Amino acid sequence: MTSADRTRNGNDWLRDALPKIVLSPSFAIVVIFVYGFILFTFVLSFTDSRILPSFGFVGWQNYERLFRVRAWDIAVNNLLIFGSLYIIICCALGLALAILLDQKIRAEGFIRTIYLYPMALSFIVTGTAWKWFLDPGIGLQAVVRGWGWESFTFEWIKDSDMAIYTIVIAAVWQTSGFVMAMFLAGLRGIDNEVLKAAQIDGASNWALYRRIVIPQLRPAFMSAFVVLAHMAIKSYDLVIALTGGGPGTATELPATFMYSYTFTRNQMGIGAASATIMLMSIAAIMIPYIWSELREKK
Amino acid sequence: MASNASANVIRTGSGSRFIIYLLLIFFCLYYLLPLYVMVVNSLKPLSEIQAGGMMALPSEWTVSPWFSAWSTAQIGVEATGLRPYFINSIMMVVPAVAVSTVLGALNGYVLTKWRFKGDTIVFGLLLFGCFIPFQMVLIPMARMLGLMGLAGTVPGLIFVHLVYGIGFSTLYFRNYYQQFPTELVRAAMIDGAGFFTIFRRIMLPSSGPIAVVCIIWQFTNIWNDFLFGASFSDFDSQPMTVALNNLVQSSTGVKEYNVHFAGAIMAALPTLLVYIIAGRYFVRGLMAGSVKG
Repeated sequence: MTSADRTRNGNDWLRDALPKIVLSPSFAIVVIFVYGFILFTFVLSFTDSRILPSFGFVGWQNYERLFRVRAWDIAVNNLLIFGSLYIIICCALGLALAILLDQKIRAEGFIRTIYLYPMALSFIVTGTAWKWFLDPGIGLQAVVRGWGWESFTFEWIKDSDMAIYTIVIAAVWQTSGFVMAMFLAGLRGIDNEVLKAAQIDGASNWALYRRIVIPQLRPAFMSAFVVLAHMAIKSYDLVIALTGGGPGTATELPATFMYSYTFTRNQMGIGAASATIMLMSIAAIMIPYIWSELREKK
Repeated sequence: MASNASANVIRTGSGSRFIIYLLLIFFCLYYLLPLYVMVVNSLKPLSEIQAGGMMALPSEWTVSPWFSAWSTAQIGVEATGLRPYFINSIMMVVPAVAVSTVLGALNGYVLTKWRFKGDTIVFGLLLFGCFIPFQMVLIPMARMLGLMGLAGTVPGLIFVHLVYGIGFSTLYFRNYYQQFPTELVRAAMIDGAGFFTIFRRIMLPSSGPIAVVCIIWQFTNIWNDFLFGASFSDFDSQPMTVALNNLVQSSTGVKEYNVHFAGAIMAALPTLLVYIIAGRYFVRGLMAGSVKG
């Protein structure tokens, strides 16, 4: 082998490896900071870590204690209430608005812009606005009373039984426009020929939507469900800004539970166990979805 | 999103059209209500809010809540206003967005035009990283930032956002480059063009739209982040969202609602402006991050 050959082989090798070399920093980052960290937290959930990570293994003890803690019970219950209402209302409102907007509306683009702008805001901003708007002392209740309806009462945000619904109100306000956009994109993909044929057969608009249009929106429903469920499980900022988890612990969610147990109550083992459960529930929703998307594209 | 051209064939009578417009306008008001509340109350004296006039226009207009929120309001222990935190957020967002976008473009290019065995798995791994609950990485990341000497600093936050931003930027560029004709890349290869030449001469010139989508998405996400900011920053490195929350939640003294609203608008303004100027791209990013790419 001459030295020229060797250089060429070296160049060939470099040319073949270059794409992988370019990709490798990102890959390494993700392997360490996503999967390595997931593993680390998972391992911690089986240890006696308190204020700092430590590695005395205690088996399932953290999980057993987690399920006995009342605060976790409340957080999971709240997530079920919040998550299901949030998903149902966002989908219903989003679909209704999309159908209304799909009737050859003048200024459609302008209206769409208004419906969607909350998505550009931080949940902290949304939380601040709704926190004071729902505050009985200065917000809606005070305003309506000022208008003359003296007995009007709206104190959900101060009421432990109702406060969780104020989170739903603010979260729906923020995200429903986005769900509208997803359904609108779905509606625009529907074949008009089928609709025309059904119209000629004398089907009413209501029947057209119920029988032909809405069934065809299945993929949009799927995407909306996945996005909303995943956002619900991760909800943290909005609760912090709107109610701070209160009154008392009435609006704690798993995300706020994890944070307070890990960083303020120094129960890192239990915090890690709760994070692991959050990850598992998101994985149960996301992995089948990502899997099907990737397979479809091949 | 599709344009008006493909609107459906369903016909509606003028009576129902009236109701449709009425409903649409009603929901416009619903979505605008909190913005209206924030704006008008940031421009009136505190006494008017306390007197139950939240929905009314200011009877005495004032911009002093804005000055107070910007430069004198008490945030945590210091009366600095939100200005230093606004600057923190900018210092954090710009490098994190720039680097994650460049890396995303390179990754997307490799994953579509230089495919190798197992590339789908690599992409799947990157993609799942976008959706994990970040609670799962808070504890080790706090340790790691400490080991790197970046705990409680703006560079630390840049690093964190960069790491967890790569997944989405790769997703955008990969899905975009997948539509790009591979024949062009092949032809350039046969002509002897190398990896970076093809990227610079062929891919980059047509990447404008997706780069805008990616930059807007990353900018909005990182600017609006609260969890990482709250977990990994110190008093002097807090981003805007954390400072705003501290301002609003502070339990000492009189609650200056008008200052809170002014601060909230300040925190919202950058992303809102981007949305107003380039909303089309923002929506594309949202959709690409959720529905099929």
